[in-house]
Amino acid sequence: MTAVVDPAATNRSSTSADKSRLRPSDVIRVAVGGLRARKLRAALSVLGISIGIASLVGVLGLSESSKSDLLDQLDVLGTNLLTVTPGEGFGVGDSTLPDTAVVMVRRLPTVEAVTAVAELSSGVYRNDLIPETETGALTVLAAESGLLDTLGGSMAQGRSLDAHADDYPVAVLGSVAAERLGIEDLGQPQLVYVGSRPVEVVGVMVPLPLAEDINRSVVVPRAAADAYLQDDLETTSMYLRTTEGAVLATRDILPATVDPQNPEEVEVTRPSDVLEAQAAAEGAFTSLFLGLGLVALVVGGIGIANVMVMGVIERRGEIGLRRSIGATRRHIRLQFLTESLVLGVIGGVLGVSLGAAVTAGYSAVEGWRIIVPLAAVVGGFVAAVAIGAVAGLYPAVRASRLAPN
Amino acid sequence: MNALELRGVVKSYAGAPPVYALAGVDLAIGHGEMVAVVGPSGSGKSTMLNMMGTLDRPTEGSVLVDGLDTTDLDDDALTAVRGRRIGFVFQRFFLLAGVTTVDNVANGLLYTGRPLAERRAAAVRTLERVGLGHRLTHRPNELSGGETQRVAVARALVHEPAVLLADEPTGNLDSQSTAAVMGLFHELHAAGTTIVVITHDLTMAERLPRRVRVLDGRIEADSAVAG
Repeated sequence: MTAVVDPAATNRSSTSADKSRLRPSDVIRVAVGGLRARKLRAALSVLGISIGIASLVGVLGLSESSKSDLLDQLDVLGTNLLTVTPGEGFGVGDSTLPDTAVVMVRRLPTVEAVTAVAELSSGVYRNDLIPETETGALTVLAAESGLLDTLGGSMAQGRSLDAHADDYPVAVLGSVAAERLGIEDLGQPQLVYVGSRPVEVVGVMVPLPLAEDINRSVVVPRAAADAYLQDDLETTSMYLRTTEGAVLATRDILPATVDPQNPEEVEVTRPSDVLEAQAAAEGAFTSLFLGLGLVALVVGGIGIANVMVMGVIERRGEIGLRRSIGATRRHIRLQFLTESLVLGVIGGVLGVSLGAAVTAGYSAVEGWRIIVPLAAVVGGFVAAVAIGAVAGLYPAVRASRLAPN
Repeated sequence: MNALELRGVVKSYAGAPPVYALAGVDLAIGHGEMVAVVGPSGSGKSTMLNMMGTLDRPTEGSVLVDGLDTTDLDDDALTAVRGRRIGFVFQRFFLLAGVTTVDNVANGLLYTGRPLAERRAAAVRTLERVGLGHRLTHRPNELSGGETQRVAVARALVHEPAVLLADEPTGNLDSQSTAAVMGLFHELHAAGTTIVVITHDLTMAERLPRRVRVLDGRIEADSAVAG
């Protein structure tokens, strides 16, 4: 037996010239053909993966879009607004600020504008028949005419307070106050009662995101309040704008400036912090939904793997035929892997489009800027292809190990 | 040089005692021959087909295809031998559903790396040869059983193999289609194609020039040897 001349040496040289080969274009053709022969299954696995990708892209897109809305709002409102209120401190805390406070604060070089506000002790009513206790949780504030500018607000209807004209009892309503008092249209002269005194409404403000207190208030000119409504007005809070970049420094020296004797009884807040916190909180939700999207994606991937594994079992005949017409193990592996990759690519494209469409649609309804982060698009697509590859790997190897007969 | 040669081929499966599917088979099939391998089920004829088609390796002995000893070839080289030198026809046809006749036949050349246009041209020529020139764009579900098997034969022939191995080629066909497919085999044989038909149908085997009877993993009778 061993005496025979080794035939392998000649064999190899004669077969190496005609090895099995598969053109790259045929790899795609074979894979697409295999999927087209099982359209429903292919469609269902694509659906699984595209839902996963769509949820990822949608979550990222929506959170960016909604956050951008908040951040846009912050840009407009500015982050340099500070409010000063009497704190709770250790002492008795008489819930007012010293008379000198406004003058002192105005002297600070980093303060651009400051407006003091005094809360009146009486409530506000739609007419003089309403019991005194039914205040509707609204407050009456006396303010100088610069309030609206300091807050960066604007009027929804009518006019704002005017330093020169408003020696008379007139009022401007915050948005919530207008709603609760049932004042919608200033076309007709409208009266409200501060205590028992009728006051004409001259304007309604748009909602002020940085000053919720003002939204729930009826604002009267300080001079008129002094003259007609209450004679012992004391400043209960201040709104001020600092120069850009000096917010924190100003914030630190404000208590001592406002009340040098009891600085610990002065509370300074920065309303924009709330909006920023809100943006951050939405970020936290984003991670939660991202996690859910990831779960959907994994499920989609398992769906692909399942379809491919079942396909291998079902397609034994086809695999055997291919092996008999010259497909090597590598060719079989490549075919199944490519099928799975094609599913991933289609799922990725569909999923990214769907996610972008959901983001665009929802943002349009909410009036947000439409932002689909590039990272989400690229990441979503890459994830889909990667899932396709991973899901196809095991079935492909399994298919290639099948005996040809 | 023979088209196909089995030298002392043994195929056994481990066990106590080991199971012998083939217990030492010597068989030489010359170019241009037409041979029937017959035997009842379990006789070892399917194993013999697997050996002849290099779909499985013998435990002992060697298989030569077109003069090439396949004993020491690795899996890829063996695959190439199948793809280049052997044409297979199966009982269950294995045509790809939803694919036209031309493309099903052209698939016989898929793993040769030749361009698609060339593969299709060869497929059309081969289909005309098996008398299906008028069925080029039909799909498998639009063909009769006999036509389906003729497409499969065309696929097995498209790369001009040294030998055509047909495993129960008429097992799924009615008598009319059987006659048509066997008629095609006889035509191909007349034109010089080497054909081995594995079957359990003795009447069909009787009509072929050479018959090899297999029983219990051995060649019981060979009309070419025994006369």
